[in-house]
Amino acid sequence: MIEFRGVTKRFPDGTVAVDNLDLKVDAGKITVFVGPSGCGKTTSLRMINRMIEPSDGQILVNGNDIMQSDAADLRRGIGYVIQHAGLFPHRTIVDNIATVPLLLGWNKIKARKRATELMEIVGLAPEMAQRYPSQLSGGQQQRVGVARALAADPPVLLMDEPFSAVDPVVRESLQDELLRLQSELGKTIVFVTHDIDEAVKLGDKVAVLRVGGKLAQYDEPGVLLARPVDDFVDNFVGRDRGYRGLGFLSSDEIPLGELKTVTIGEAAPAGEEWVLVVDGERRPQGWLGAEQREGLETVSADRLVPGGSLYEIGSGSLRSALDAALSSPSGQGVAVDAQGAVAGAISADDVLRALDATRRDEQPS
Amino acid sequence: MILWDWIPRNLGTIGQQLLQHLQLSLIPVVVALVVSVPLGWLANRSPALRAVLVPAAGLLYTIPSIVLFVMLPGVLGTRIDSPLNIQIALTVYTVALLVRSVADALAAVPSMVVAAATAMGFRPGRRFVSVELPLAVPVLIAGLRVATVSNISLVSVGALIGVGGLGALLTQGFQEFFPTKIIIGVVLIVVLALLADALLLLLGRYITPWVRAGAGARSKA
Ligand SMILES: Nc1ncnc2c1ncn2[C@@H]1O[C@H](COP(=O)(O)OP(=O)(O)OP(=O)(O)O)[C@@H](O)[C@H]1O
Ligand SMILES: [Mg+2]
Repeated sequence: MIEFRGVTKRFPDGTVAVDNLDLKVDAGKITVFVGPSGCGKTTSLRMINRMIEPSDGQILVNGNDIMQSDAADLRRGIGYVIQHAGLFPHRTIVDNIATVPLLLGWNKIKARKRATELMEIVGLAPEMAQRYPSQLSGGQQQRVGVARALAADPPVLLMDEPFSAVDPVVRESLQDELLRLQSELGKTIVFVTHDIDEAVKLGDKVAVLRVGGKLAQYDEPGVLLARPVDDFVDNFVGRDRGYRGLGFLSSDEIPLGELKTVTIGEAAPAGEEWVLVVDGERRPQGWLGAEQREGLETVSADRLVPGGSLYEIGSGSLRSALDAALSSPSGQGVAVDAQGAVAGAISADDVLRALDATRRDEQPS
Repeated sequence: MILWDWIPRNLGTIGQQLLQHLQLSLIPVVVALVVSVPLGWLANRSPALRAVLVPAAGLLYTIPSIVLFVMLPGVLGTRIDSPLNIQIALTVYTVALLVRSVADALAAVPSMVVAAATAMGFRPGRRFVSVELPLAVPVLIAGLRVATVSNISLVSVGALIGVGGLGALLTQGFQEFFPTKIIIGVVLIVVLALLADALLLLLGRYITPWVRAGAGARSKA
């Protein structure tokens, strides 16, 4: 656990970058610092490993005041990942990753072996081991940065806008991978970003900072979206927060409706209404409307209207349920089970009713 | 113009002069490198020190070599024809060149990489040796090449006070109206300078494999 107690950072030129910050970062969770440029995110983060020293207040890591420990020793126990990765250009990938183990005095063979393991964990092909950072793409370099930070298995990981220099598609896959890694490793991660979408996606808790280094709100992402404390946070959280907030509400309550289906190869059904076409394993293939059925005798894979997004029961949120309904040509969202077989239909009305129910449950009594 | 058969008859002398030339010019490069790295490091660390060290070095470089060669025995108490005078004078020049090179080379190391090293838990000494210095090598080698070539030519001036390696061929050639010596001397000095320069270039490439790796990746992309 990391605890900020009344921490203030005043730079020699008088700038107050962080103002009396009180905050507890939960162990084994991802905590995101988010806020506009210059609000003190980087400064707060770098005070944790003493790259910047607080002017006032105390920072505790696992109950110990960080000012009591040797700075270099402290840093070897805290992984650090920065934008553009900050890799050593003169060292091969495997040696970059082995940096901290070598500093800790491991022998070369053991350190390299560990580095090779990590390359696999973060999804880097083994043939990259002997390359130099300049021979990797931005996304690959960022993976090396993460691997390097994890090499000595530190309990704490600091990440300063690690994914902001890569294109949106790569960024999304890096984010997904961080979440996957975290579900296996359970590190205490402090993650800095100015992107609120990244913050709510990654954070177990999100701290919104305002310029001047003051904490505006510190909450779980769902709460942040549902109940911003003031106009600043409301503005910062941005448009569509109501819709995005659905992503944090469980959809277990939604009742599934009947869905009319027909299997490929069967006779085309009579009638006008939309019918979902499935394959032999009841996996959705597309829709048949009135128009497509004209003159059709047996149902085949061509001539289908593509379906919308699928909603997987048990693992979805209200957002994915609503999206399934809205994106379906028939207005009926398709719910599937873990095997991908059709389980039933979802309507937008059902989602809104479930949302109402959640609201009632949350009413303060 | 050239008396070709003079050459084989005097190979022994020429060889000795060549060796002396190398000693006089290269030992100062090595000594100066050892002195300049800490000085350049200091200059890079503190802007105040840099403001003193770099101009001071530049000033030293403007002293004509012959003045320094003649003055040094008085200052150091060495004999007027001691090779030490030449070596110390050239060391001074080389330091003057290299302090700036080292400071510039260190300043050119990306600050983000240095910060990353600190954040990994490098202490300053080890960080300097294993991160900053290696990354400074390309700029440093460029400085070394200039210093080495300049030393190889400056040594010849020492012949005026009796210690000058191949420079002796030039002074004697003029005194004796004997062009063969002059031409041989000039050719050997030039060849020596070119060779030393090429060797340093190759050495630089060899110890900085990442530089070309990066260039290769760019052109392929
Ligand atoms: N070394 C310094 N000296 C003086 N002021 C500084 C220094 N470092 C940062 N600041 C100031 O402190 C404030 C907070 O900076 P910080 O880098 O923590 O912001 P940030 O939230 O990380 O911003 P960004 O999103 O742009 O990275 C800014 O106003 C910045 O100008
Ligand atoms: Mg920042």
